[in-house]
Amino acid sequence: MSHAIVLAGPAAETTRLLAFWVLAILAVAAALGMVLARKAVHCALMLAVVMLSLAVMYLMLGAPFLAFVQVIVYTGAVLMLFLFVLMIVGITAADSIIETIRGQRMWATLAGISMLVLLSLVIGHAVIGPAAPSSAKFGNANVRDLANLIFTKYLYPFEITSALLITAAVGAMVLTHRERTRPKPTQRDLSRQRVASGRPTPLPGPGTYAQHNAVDMPALLPDGSQSELSVSPVLSGRPAVRGDQNQGLQQPALPPGQESGEQ
Amino acid sequence: MVTPAHFIALAVILFVIGAIGVLVRRNAIVIFMSVELMLNACNLAFVAFARMHGALDGQVIAFFVMVVAAAEVVVGLAILTSIFRTRRSSSVDDANLMKY
Repeated sequence: MSHAIVLAGPAAETTRLLAFWVLAILAVAAALGMVLARKAVHCALMLAVVMLSLAVMYLMLGAPFLAFVQVIVYTGAVLMLFLFVLMIVGITAADSIIETIRGQRMWATLAGISMLVLLSLVIGHAVIGPAAPSSAKFGNANVRDLANLIFTKYLYPFEITSALLITAAVGAMVLTHRERTRPKPTQRDLSRQRVASGRPTPLPGPGTYAQHNAVDMPALLPDGSQSELSVSPVLSGRPAVRGDQNQGLQQPALPPGQESGEQ
Repeated sequence: MVTPAHFIALAVILFVIGAIGVLVRRNAIVIFMSVELMLNACNLAFVAFARMHGALDGQVIAFFVMVVAAAEVVVGLAILTSIFRTRRSSSVDDANLMKY
């Protein structure tokens, strides 16, 4: 990393200032968006933006190792975990706007703003010096020097960290483990169940006898009407489900609405 | 000229936004994300202070914070998943079985 070269010159300084402001505005806007977005998936994406801009800031502060760890661990692993859990818990999980405690939002915002004032006063009174003169520690030799520190001065915390990680992994497995309360259904059970359900055959596929065979195109029955069973209920609520307009026997499209199915 | 003070001011702002998110949001997953935002803000302050002092200890601490945050997320999301499995909800208002 040619850190020493980048630092030289007033033009480089202007570039750094510009980069800082762009990233700072991006990070703050994304953080605000994360707090304000109603859907959890949008929150996760906003958080990704914040984390990536922080990673670039670590690079500016001479911490290339942390920058890459930030991208790999936070943006790569932690956010993916968030998205996986969102898929399990349900993408639909949007926050309710109903306040259970009256005035909670107002008071929380007030508390946050007063915390901002408090912290600004503290930081404003503290003497924050300029950056220390640039050295190899914050450039080429960053990883080597960090490793030196971690494996000498911070060896015991590092070892304890491994215990923490193992505990976390075992804890996650224990918490998400589910005991099977009934025996696993055999093939015989499954076929019995299917015959007893009244529909022993599979559901009709989409697009049969229609002009296209896309998944959102309902199959046409012999009398020209559309078979609602042929389209997944997840899709059928969406406006994307098309009636077959070019078909001679035109039928109204599938009933829209039923917002509860997707969102 | 970009000084460490710039980065620390940004860290303060991000930390406060995260704190407001924890207080305001009802979805437990979003609350977790806000906690992550606060941890990230702390990391930024650590790295900025490391740059200011010219020592790498701040970066080591930030590294440990990242490790602990990863462990916290794993356990927290596992708890959320098991709560969701029994209560069919991820809102913090619905997990009130141990109230009183």
